[in-house]
Order: sequence, then C-alpha cells, then structure tokens
Amino acid sequence: MQIELSQQELLSLHQTMVLIRRSEERLSRLFADGEVPGFLHLSIGQEAVPAGICAALQAGDTVASNHRGHGHALAKGVELRGFFAEILGREEGLCRGRGGSIHVADLRVGMLGANGIVGGGLPIALGSALAHQVRRTGGIAVAFFGDGAMAEGVLHECLNLASLWKLPLIFACENNGWSEFSPLDRQFAAQLGALGNAFGIPSVQVDGSDVAAVCLAANRIVGAARRGDGPQILECKTFRWRGHYEGDPQKYRDADDLAAARNRDPLALSSARLVAMGISAERIGTFERTVEARIEAAVEAACLGREPDYAAAAADVYTQTAAGTHG
Amino acid sequence: MAEIRYAMAINRALADAMLADASVILFGEDVAAPGGPFTVTRGLQAQFGAERVRDTPISEATITGAAVGTALGGLKPVVEIMFMDFITLAMDALVNQAAKAHFMFGGQCSVPMVVRTPHGGGLNAGPQHSQCLEAWFGHVPGLKVVVPSNPADAYGLLRAAITDPDPVIFVENKTLYSMKGELADAPQSVAIGRARIAQSGSDATIVVYGASVATALKAAISLAAEGIAAEVIDLRSIQPWDERAVLESVTKTRRLIVAHEAVTAFGVGAEIAARVSELAFGQLAAPVFRVGADFMPIPFARSLEREYLPGEADIAAAVRRSLNWKPNARTKP
Repeated sequence: MQIELSQQELLSLHQTMVLIRRSEERLSRLFADGEVPGFLHLSIGQEAVPAGICAALQAGDTVASNHRGHGHALAKGVELRGFFAEILGREEGLCRGRGGSIHVADLRVGMLGANGIVGGGLPIALGSALAHQVRRTGGIAVAFFGDGAMAEGVLHECLNLASLWKLPLIFACENNGWSEFSPLDRQFAAQLGALGNAFGIPSVQVDGSDVAAVCLAANRIVGAARRGDGPQILECKTFRWRGHYEGDPQKYRDADDLAAARNRDPLALSSARLVAMGISAERIGTFERTVEARIEAAVEAACLGREPDYAAAAADVYTQTAAGTHG
Repeated sequence: MAEIRYAMAINRALADAMLADASVILFGEDVAAPGGPFTVTRGLQAQFGAERVRDTPISEATITGAAVGTALGGLKPVVEIMFMDFITLAMDALVNQAAKAHFMFGGQCSVPMVVRTPHGGGLNAGPQHSQCLEAWFGHVPGLKVVVPSNPADAYGLLRAAITDPDPVIFVENKTLYSMKGELADAPQSVAIGRARIAQSGSDATIVVYGASVATALKAAISLAAEGIAAEVIDLRSIQPWDERAVLESVTKTRRLIVAHEAVTAFGVGAEIAARVSELAFGQLAAPVFRVGADFMPIPFARSLEREYLPGEADIAAAVRRSLNWKPNARTKP
C-alpha cells in the first residue's frame, strides 16, 4: 500500500487546488463586479477534498455534487471555458446558461451535476453506482455532500440501500462545520462514522486540509469500492473560508473561527511540503502563474459568449417532444 | 388476439421490454420476490434474475432518485411507487432532478426512466392510499404523465414510456387491474400524446382518462337511451394531452365535459376547460363543465367513499346540464 505521494503526484494535486482557488477568487471578483447572476457558493478553503478524491478516480467514474460544487467540477476535469461561461449565464456554458453555478454539469467527464437541493445528489450518485454495478463498467460513483446533508433523510436511506446492494459508492463528506448559517453541533446529534458503523459501511476520517492525506485515503477506499467491497465513507474535516454565499455578512461567525479556518490553508500546506521535497518556491510560483493564465484565457473567452437563446431553451424541455400539447 | 387482464398486460409489457432491451431494469418495494402488491411484476425476477429485478427497502425518495442516477448511467429503470400517495416522498427526485436534468444541463443528457404507480379509490383504502395526484405532475415541465384506461393501452403505452427518453409517470388505476380486454398477439407501442375516440357521438364531448373512461362509456349508454349521442375521448396521457383531438371533437359537438376521479379544483379538467375556452370559445354552445371529486380527502367508510367518487350519473348529469344550458340563464354554483 502506498503511504506517501511522489513529488510529481503532489505537484499535480497542488495544481488542481490552485485551479480551484484561483477560479473561485476570479469568480468572487466577477460577482463583486455584478457579472455573475444569482447566487455564488464558494469552496475556498476546501480545495484539498475534491483535488485529493478526484485524483484517485478514473475517467469513467462519476461524481454527483452539491451547491458548493465548483471544486468537484474542476477537479473532475470539466472544460474550463464552458465552466466560466455557464456561471456567467452564456450560451457557450456547459449547460447553455440554463443552470448556472448551482447546476454545473459535464456528463462527458462523469460530472453528474452540482445540485441546488441539499442531499439531492446522494440518490443520484447511488443510482450511478448501481449502473456501474449492473453494466460492469468497472467504475465507481462518488457523492460529495456537506455536513448539512447529514440531517437529510435521503442520506440515511442511501447508506442503507448502498450497504444492502454493496454498491461501488463513496460517500464523500466535506465537513466544514457549518450548515449554511448554523454550526454543526446544533444541527446533527450523531457522528457520520458511527452511522457508517450502524449500516456496516467502513469509514475513514481525514484532515481535509491535507491534500496528500485525502488522496492517500481516497486511493485506498476507491480501490476497495472498485474491488467490490461495497460502499465506503470518507469524512474530510475541512474549513469554509467564505460565507454560505458570496455577500453573506457572516454575523453568526466569530473572528476566531475564521482565523482558525485560515490557519489551515490547504494550498499553503502543500506548498510547504513541496518546498520540503526540494521543489523551489520559484518553480511553484511559475507553476501557479501558468494555471492563472489558463483561467484568465477561459474567463476572457467566456465573457465574449452570447446570451442564451430563449426559443431554443423553451424548445428543449424534453429530449423528445411528444405529439400533443405540453403546456 | 387473446383476452388479458390489465395487470397482466403491464406484466407482459415489462417482460417484453426487458427481452427487447438489456438496459431495462426494475426496482421498487416488493416488486421482485413478492411479485408486487398487485401482482403486476409477478414472475419477472424469476425470468430476468435478481440483478435486473430488485426489491428495495421502503425508501421512496432514494428509489426515485436512484432511478435518475441509473438513467444517467445508461440504464432504463422502471421503478414502482406502491401507492401514488407515497410519491409525495419522492417529489425532489421527480420535480427537481428527473424533470429538469435534460433542460438544466443544456441538453447534455436524457433521463429515460418510468415511475409506475397506482392511484384511485374504490377499495376503501382511505385518505392516504387512494389519491389521484396526476395533475401535480402535469404542472411540472419535463415530466410526461400517462394514464391508460384498458389492457391494450396499458401494454402499448408502457412500451412507449420505457422507450421514451424522458421521465414518464405511468399511472395505473387500482380498480382496473382486474379489467379484461383484448391484446394483439404481437402488440405494438401506443404513441404518448395521442387520444383515442372511445365512442363517437355528435351531441357532446366527454373527455376522460384512466378508469373514468369506462365510467363515461356507461354514462353514454344511459344518455343514448334519452337520444343523446355523446362522444367519449380517452386522453391516454395528460402531459402532453391531445389538444387537437379535443378541439376537433368540440368543433363537432359544441359541448365539452371533462371528467376525472381526481379532485375537481385545480385539476386536469380545469386546464382543459381553460385551454378550450381560449382556443374555441366561439364554437362552444355552453360552458365547459367539469366532473371530479369534491374538495375533501378521500374518506374511508363505504358509504362515504361511494358518495365521494364521481360516477356515471354525475357525468350524465353534466352532459344534460350542458345540453340544457341557456344563454343568460343564471346557473346555481
């Protein structure tokens, strides 16, 4: 069993985290400039979780995400220009401007969609795992969810059914301690690991700010799920740096809590580790600037996109418009 | 041609669909080993194996949400919600996920899933095992809603629903499961969205679906004895519904009655009445009349349920009311 990551592997994980961090920082600026319609939920501070888990996946594996899903989408490899164009509400967006930030999806890379309903992605991921099992694709499915979803009934239904059917499904919990505006200890009376125990599902808890730890744990449990050992839980303790949504004044949160979050910066941790492995800070910086240039090019292209066509959208409610009158 | 019961016609459609397409799978509460609460899925697990025909725990939200995920994963799931009343527990999966995925993801994907579920009273099953909630789903862009009235249509529409790339709610009336009818030796699909003229007539149009078709046909017999020729249109599906067939009939009869077992208020009848009024007001010789259940939960006691359910006399009375309607006459509310 692998107990350490190579320099190259860690560099690749760091690159994914930089992609997520800088993309969201860019989105935050676009939002402040009034360029992003609707709501924006950023995952800054949580980058190590999607980066570490998606690095353990293969192209055919599938992930279902939640409302804080930019990291999952980017780590799974969605097309960058389409990603920004979608969030900006453009025709060239991955979803042709019909979904926005909360519904970014790219089925070509196994990204089954962010989701506006807390817990909504869980049964979809379970169904995807069932399809992998029945079709013998060799693939697995991952359900990304936050600690807020632990109070949703579907999580408990899904733990039960996934265990009964030994589905190749990873329950990936990003436990950032906040259910929207309320702290976890006022939201959930149990522990996820204990719940897993109750359903006979192995669970691992990991420092969700340490991308190497997340990736090594993910490699183990993804391997187990792929071998046919059934569902697995990976609970990542992580920190949400921003509000529930951009513009959230976070009056419910004190300065100590925010400072504690910023003290566990997954990017700073991985940078330090890379330097300790002998990679120069200069090389890491060059690396990061390459990612930033990619983002800037994608944003520029996305901003040039067209507004979506209303008639085309209205004609695309169904895949196959049947005879008769729909509405 | 052979005679077959409605429940067995559905069973045969499921078996034929599974034979024709290895990606069709079934799951739901007690559908596999027990063969379904109304024996609709009897024998299918034995024929197709435990991988393709599965019993689930009592978890409607996850059954339906998993259907979305399996459909996105390249399978064609047909799931069962044991009573339509229980579909309330699956609303997120249907309304927010299944209905929207194709549109919301910019046409990247389809969600080819079918939810089979029985509705309807007549079994004294009480307020939480008898409701007709199909109008709710007709209101949601992205869903299709099919309600077959006889064994041949149950077969043909279910085959069409399973082949359809979009999510379909397939509603079976519990009192129809024992209904007998003819089924061709090599039965075909029936296109969703096309109505059927169950009986031709020239004096008034009665638009119905599901079990109300048989009720309307009985009403038409009693009306015929009075010299009234009613035309009965079986919608077969309510989302989409065959507006053209209804308008053609109304152009001929100039009178329209829409009848269903579901509660009248905010129902399918209200939608059709409004639409026909918008499109063919000048053709109508009388207001469109609706026949449906009173605005109350379905009661349990035999006497209460009998009075609650709209029957042939209610439909016949509505037709007479239409024929007797005089302009400027004040009608009692």
